[in-house]
Amino acid sequence: MMSRNPDRIFYGLCLAVALGLVFLVLGIGFTLLSGSWLSLKKFGLAFIWHRVWDPVSEEFGALPFIVGTVVTSLVALLITIPFALSSGIFLAEYAPARMAGPLAALIELLAGIPSVIYGLWALFYLVPLVRWVEMKFGAPPFGLGLPTASLVLAIMILPYAASITREVLKMVPPEIKEAAYGLGATKWEVIRGVCIPYSLSGIVAGLLLSLGRALGETMAVTMVIGNRSEVPTSFWDLANTMASVIANEFTEASKDLHLSALVEIGLLLFLITLLVNTLARIIIAKLQVK
Amino acid sequence: MKKWWLWLVLGWWAFSGGALAGKITLLGAGATFPYPLYSKWFHVYYQKTGIKVNYQSIGSGGGIRQILARTVDFGASDAPMTDEELAKAPAEILHLPMAIGAVVISYNLPGVPSGLKLTPQVLADIFLGKIRKWNDPRIAQLNPNLKLPKLPIVVVHRSDGSGTTFNFTYYLSLVSPEWKKRVGYGKAVRWPTGMGGKGNEGVTGYLKQLPGTIGYIELAYAHQNRLPVAALQNKAGNFVLPTLKSLSAAAKTHIPPDTRVLIVNTDAADGYPLSAMTWILVYKEQAYGGRSYERAKALADLLWWCVHEAQEYNEALFYARLPENVVAIVEKLIRSMTYKGKPLRP
Repeated sequence: MMSRNPDRIFYGLCLAVALGLVFLVLGIGFTLLSGSWLSLKKFGLAFIWHRVWDPVSEEFGALPFIVGTVVTSLVALLITIPFALSSGIFLAEYAPARMAGPLAALIELLAGIPSVIYGLWALFYLVPLVRWVEMKFGAPPFGLGLPTASLVLAIMILPYAASITREVLKMVPPEIKEAAYGLGATKWEVIRGVCIPYSLSGIVAGLLLSLGRALGETMAVTMVIGNRSEVPTSFWDLANTMASVIANEFTEASKDLHLSALVEIGLLLFLITLLVNTLARIIIAKLQVK
Repeated sequence: MKKWWLWLVLGWWAFSGGALAGKITLLGAGATFPYPLYSKWFHVYYQKTGIKVNYQSIGSGGGIRQILARTVDFGASDAPMTDEELAKAPAEILHLPMAIGAVVISYNLPGVPSGLKLTPQVLADIFLGKIRKWNDPRIAQLNPNLKLPKLPIVVVHRSDGSGTTFNFTYYLSLVSPEWKKRVGYGKAVRWPTGMGGKGNEGVTGYLKQLPGTIGYIELAYAHQNRLPVAALQNKAGNFVLPTLKSLSAAAKTHIPPDTRVLIVNTDAADGYPLSAMTWILVYKEQAYGGRSYERAKALADLLWWCVHEAQEYNEALFYARLPENVVAIVEKLIRSMTYKGKPLRP
């Protein structure tokens, strides 16, 4: 009976897996919610803008970590955009095929490097560099903190942003481009007037995906951000991020409220990621070429 | 068939698995700080007796949670359990000291070797962010022979929760009322100043790389990385460098019968003031959750071996031996372990 109907079996299997994934996400959300219940009850919404994180007196607020996460990720994205766009455009439009293939592979290779290696590299190479710059600017010469973390994040998300940009640019139908050339447009005009508008939604979506990756990055950031759980007062300051405070304090959080507050940070991170993804969807829908 | 050898291998595996099951494997979990020492001990013990000990260094907090949940034979912790935690226990838990370690104050100061002298008050004020330059008169006064650079002091602390932080902040709370009021003590605290490194290796990394830093790490890390260490003034007024002798000496003080005490700020005259004991946690009554007598007995024997013969392995790994007064107390505690009311090691 069943074996005569492989279509139905396949359909059922795919449906089950798809639904399973949805339930997995719901389950994660639910676990985070129930794990942070104690802290939600105690601090309420004020948890989000409270500036103190003090495990000794059991006073917890997430603002320092939210600021750290958002600032490092956004700055990383800003640093990455010009590099990602230019390398994506170059690989898709200018580079001869013999060169574009290996170069693209190389960029994708960057995405495969484990984050702890980025962290180590940043510790030994970026830290002295940032320290030198900080001394030039008269900032406290930590070498660690927001600038270093943003830089290492920018480098880590660059391969994602660059390869997505290249892929979507390659999907621009050649007919439209040829039509533009036929009208006498130069290469630059074609790229600016045809390719980029056509693939804008894809490029933005790619950038937002990279932002999502930056928001959740833990290891490399922990190694260079300085892990200072206060709201940073300047861009040169030491800071902390949501992912890294969880990684740091979770194992030894023996008080229930401390543990619960950490889980609530996880919940907030989950919501922020969800928000970024939803935003990406909306932007894609709005920018889609009709 | 062709696969007969596969069955042979499978059969042998099942058989040997069955044979191994006859031997007891003890389970332990907890502190990361004594992990190098415990893995050495348990390896030697396995070679001697054939009894395996599976120790997972998941952190002191995890060790306490697991012994409370009775999922392990023993837990391990760098800080004694609080009254609150003990109240959650289904039965009486014993604290057995296993070794003594130290938190050392290390620094990166070009031209200043080991032996920078610090008093508890100066140390506390540095970590409070009140002393901000290395050539501060209060540091210079203690070290007239040293040429201190005019560098800003950068404090490095642990960013992860740890027993090391617990011992260090507990010490600062004892010696500085201001620290006690503003910061307090715990496995993770709200630091008034400075940057956090993850784990001893993280703090060590910053200390090695950034001039002007000062931080606290475990003794072994300072040795392995050849970092300079400070001589701390102890309660008796002597400046003491952290050595295996001065660590051990720190425990030659009054230890209560349940050993739940931190030996920081010891009153022993030659004791290093930032010494710390590390404990193994077991239930006093070993017959629970269907455990066999053999298992309970094996655990008691292992612990007995740990505080006697095993102590000779301590020093090579930069842990100090338990002094006699502590060994005597632990012996008494191990003797008090029972199985269905009968002592396991009379």
